[in-house]
Amino acid sequence: MITTSALTKRYGAVAVVDGVDLAVAEGDRYGLLGPNGSGKTTLIRLLLGLVYATSGDIELMGHPVPRGLDAVLPQVGALVEEPSAYGHLTGRTNLAILDAAGPGGARRTRRSRIDAALDKVGLAGIDNRPVKAYSMGMRQRLGLAAALLRTPRLLVLDEPTNGLDPQGIREIRDLLHQLNTAGTTVFLSSHLLAEVDQLCTRVGVVNQGRLVLQSDLADLRTPTGRVIVATPDADRAAALLDGHIEHRTGDRLLVRDTDPAALNARLVAAGVRVEQIAAERRTLEDVVLAVTRPGSDRVDRPDDRR
Amino acid sequence: MIGVELGKVGRRPRTWVSIGMLCALPALVAIFLAVTERGPGPGEEPAFLSAVLANGALFPAAALAIVLPIFLPVAVAVVGGDAIAGEASAGTLRYLLLRPVSRTRLLIAKLVSLVAFVLAAVVLVAVTSFIVGITLFPSEPAAVTSVSGVTLTANELVARIAAAVIYVAVSMLGVGAIALFLSTVTDSALGAALGSLAALVTSQVLVTLDAAGAVRPYLPTRYWLAWIDLFRDPIPWRDIDRGLALQAVYVAVFLAMAWANFATKDITS
Repeated sequence: MITTSALTKRYGAVAVVDGVDLAVAEGDRYGLLGPNGSGKTTLIRLLLGLVYATSGDIELMGHPVPRGLDAVLPQVGALVEEPSAYGHLTGRTNLAILDAAGPGGARRTRRSRIDAALDKVGLAGIDNRPVKAYSMGMRQRLGLAAALLRTPRLLVLDEPTNGLDPQGIREIRDLLHQLNTAGTTVFLSSHLLAEVDQLCTRVGVVNQGRLVLQSDLADLRTPTGRVIVATPDADRAAALLDGHIEHRTGDRLLVRDTDPAALNARLVAAGVRVEQIAAERRTLEDVVLAVTRPGSDRVDRPDDRR
Repeated sequence: MIGVELGKVGRRPRTWVSIGMLCALPALVAIFLAVTERGPGPGEEPAFLSAVLANGALFPAAALAIVLPIFLPVAVAVVGGDAIAGEASAGTLRYLLLRPVSRTRLLIAKLVSLVAFVLAAVVLVAVTSFIVGITLFPSEPAAVTSVSGVTLTANELVARIAAAVIYVAVSMLGVGAIALFLSTVTDSALGAALGSLAALVTSQVLVTLDAAGAVRPYLPTRYWLAWIDLFRDPIPWRDIDRGLALQAVYVAVFLAMAWANFATKDITS
């Protein structure tokens, strides 16, 4: 669906996107993570042909970008940074302008397209207020409606849940799930780990313009080789497992062991009551923090750097 | 896309406010003139105003002369400067391009809507000022005296005013093209409008400067007043022809630059 090779964008001497090899397959829910200023938005602009690459290649749905954009973009819905609309016009008029501006779709069916899109994002009952009177969450929903207007095969969304409340975030997540089940590939960027964790099947992590990690989410959550045990008999368990305890807080033990089932049997056999036992797994947060550095919005004094 | 663009311009309150002001200025002048009956002497600026006291049917020509030097170019510069930069600063440019609208087509649509705006403005100025002229002044549309002293019939008068309207509109296209080019350079609509006005003021200063005689024939405002020749008999076409050719060159050059810049530009707005 999306393939880039050695994609690089320089502004002067600074490489904002640096040798990125992205691979998004059809049907993926792909989450692009990275600190602020790591190049996520520039990468998205490159994919959509808004910004031209310094070097490297991009392919979307088998067409080269930017040369094949005319064939590609009608099948893409996008939200790039914040949504925008003509503030003095209503949401419906804004969608109508956007619908009429590009190719495809009869004028006759425009109204039903707009209604369907508004319905999906929860704005079906929208009144005739101008967009400048909308709340941030409503603007975000309108932006999503614009992206969905042409029932795209690929959705490219930059921070899609920005400005939404927890309820709204949940709604949008469910919507994206639904669309994905119906065959739409979803590619989204975010700096919210939880959002990506709950929605995506595949993640890419960018740091200072480089793609430092790209993997299926399931593969990232590997066991760490430790088991978490919670027991009211923590002292006895600690004595029994002497030498294997890495850490103890109250009645929670972190045990170096790879087989929780065997460990459980052993504890129970020794008369230790086990409340909880599970293999410790890496979280997305652990993985991402291990491969990224603080975002560009953090500026340390030079002598603080080591 | 052209229809969409025209619809957008037509729905903007700003469009109608600026056209309304363009029409109001000559009306204001007419009211003062009608009340005091003190016109400028023959041959003084603005052109035709002295003749209007005798025959109100000539007021459209006077109205064009009133709005041409400042008001009309300011309106054109504002609309032209807003064309791309306004979309960029509102953030709507990227969504139009992603729709997709090709950059060339967007630029053409913006140009067409700019031309439509100029034409609508000039035509409305002519129409309203004709109405104002015949209401406030004694008028005989059938017997207007041309600048050269020959009497024009009503048909001749309408034809010549129509020709003047077209010439004035074409004169504005040069400014429009400069504003459109600057609009692709910056993301600030105000910057683009002021930039093109700066170019105009420079041109108008140099036109009056004898020392700049060598470049004078190539200044965009050099032949702006040539449409007055349309009211002479016989019509001296030389300056009118040159004026049209000069505007064509400005439009071609600045549109080419606008296209070259916009089509290859990184859209970071």
